[in-house]
Amino acid sequence: MHMADALVAPAVAGTMYVLSTGAAGVSVKKVREESDESKIPVMGVMGAFVFATQMLNFTIPGTGSSGHLCGGMMLSAMLGPFAGFLTMIGVLLVQCLLFADGGLMALGCNVWNMAFYGCFVGALLIWRPIMKKGASKAKIALASILGCVLTLQLGAFSVTMETLVSGITELPFSTFVATMQPIHLAIGFVEGLITTAVLIFIYEARPELLWGIGEEAQKKDAKLSFKKTIITVAVAAALCGGVVSLFASAFPDGLEWSMEQVAGTSELEAQGQAYETAEAIQETTSLLPDYAFPDSEAAVGTSFSGIVGALVVALLSAAFCYVFKFFRKNTETQTA
Amino acid sequence: MDSIERKIWELNRLQDIQQRSHWMNNLHPLGKLLISVLYIFLVTSVGKYDVTTLILMSLYIIFTFIMGELSVKEGIYRMRLILPLVLFVGVFNPFFDKTEVMIAGFAVRGGVVSMVTLIIKGLYTVFAVYALIATTSIDDICYALRSLHIPKIIVIVIMLIYRYIDVMAGEADRIYTAYRLRAPGQKGIEYRSWGTLVGQWLLRSMDKAQIVYESMLLRGFRGDFIPKKKTVKKIDVIYPLGWMVVLLVLRFFAGRFMI
Repeated sequence: MHMADALVAPAVAGTMYVLSTGAAGVSVKKVREESDESKIPVMGVMGAFVFATQMLNFTIPGTGSSGHLCGGMMLSAMLGPFAGFLTMIGVLLVQCLLFADGGLMALGCNVWNMAFYGCFVGALLIWRPIMKKGASKAKIALASILGCVLTLQLGAFSVTMETLVSGITELPFSTFVATMQPIHLAIGFVEGLITTAVLIFIYEARPELLWGIGEEAQKKDAKLSFKKTIITVAVAAALCGGVVSLFASAFPDGLEWSMEQVAGTSELEAQGQAYETAEAIQETTSLLPDYAFPDSEAAVGTSFSGIVGALVVALLSAAFCYVFKFFRKNTETQTA
Repeated sequence: MDSIERKIWELNRLQDIQQRSHWMNNLHPLGKLLISVLYIFLVTSVGKYDVTTLILMSLYIIFTFIMGELSVKEGIYRMRLILPLVLFVGVFNPFFDKTEVMIAGFAVRGGVVSMVTLIIKGLYTVFAVYALIATTSIDDICYALRSLHIPKIIVIVIMLIYRYIDVMAGEADRIYTAYRLRAPGQKGIEYRSWGTLVGQWLLRSMDKAQIVYESMLLRGFRGDFIPKKKTVKKIDVIYPLGWMVVLLVLRFFAGRFMI
């Protein structure tokens, strides 16, 4: 995604330099306010680490090709948005000078497309809100994948806009966007998976190294236990099924509405032996037809139906998980 | 040669060229940096059909490569990273831009001309950056950046990144070699292996950073590197000023007198 000098007009390059300089100015101020000098070598070594990591290619599953990391999201998760942003500037400048990967005049664009989105949007708008109430493996995975996909999409879109505004290409906007976005969607997803794997490893080994995770989050005790989680979900399900179901909308749902528009009725009439047999089976097996006791319109029937429904779904899910686990265990044993 | 080994080799080769005792290497880095930026700015500002001015602008590249005894082959090799995007952006121009442009008396499709000028611009700008970095070390570029009042934290981070690239690239090479030996024929590292493989390496890097910081403190680090002050000689002023005048003339006036 590195832009070359030839792809940007001086006016666009200048504008992007101004924007990137503004972000750099804020970052320098914030890092200075932290007045943590020990962070400087960490930034340097982490910059070199990201630089070297970009030399390692990853396999893009199912394609037979490979790609490399951008690293903005990983840097932010380790250093925070401001120190991460300054480090990415260093990485991009060194890449531009040593390997001609990206141009000197396009540096402002590259900083914006890769460092700004990766560090500011990724860290401040995605990582921090998700980690606000503590970290978990699922949250790290969510933040990493969402962050990588979104920031790469934004970066790719900016590349398209900067090139088009520069008047370099005659490609129509739609064609350019349709080419750039899907490629970076795949790359972003794989980068998200890799970032997840690395950050989960760090979380398990040294959680204090991750940025934006509060003190409470680092205490394992603060996490919800399995028992507490089950009780909370059960109470929520009972409340939804027993109370909220009473206030369910009387209007038809989307599918019923569409059918009403097309056929004039939300329940289509069907004739034939097969339909009649199916209807007979349904009538016999349905304990609570139309979410109520048979031949009764009482509200308690609706509440009861909600609770019973939730319970049946929970039992079926547990049974499914148990069967799945049983088969997986068997397969693993056979493989071993 | 493997890509990591190739990059390490490129880095070492570049360091050798930077350390040559050559008059161009001894010029003040600020002048070289400013002239390079000006050149890139002027080249990218050339109109998409203005082939004449673009040909004239090659004078700076020809001069620096001949006088600086630089390898054109290495300059072209550096194009490989930016070429795919440049080609993708330019290759469709002939299909969409059907304007007729006169080049040396011949009518040529505008899209073809704009595609060629785009590739030439890409080549010139990469050559200009290579000419700068081949004759100026990263330490000198950082010195020039400090002269331009770029915040010291950014400059220090750049210097540290550069210092540790060797170490980190070496580690990356060892990790990749070890992985390949256990997974022959696989293209890249499978994403499931990244967690433990790169995670361990990341932890080691963080620990290394702490040791670096402690060593820096023991050597009197107070948040800044104090580089040796460079004296400004006559040539350090004449060289960039001379090129500034020449480049501005080439860009804005010389094209008018050409056929």
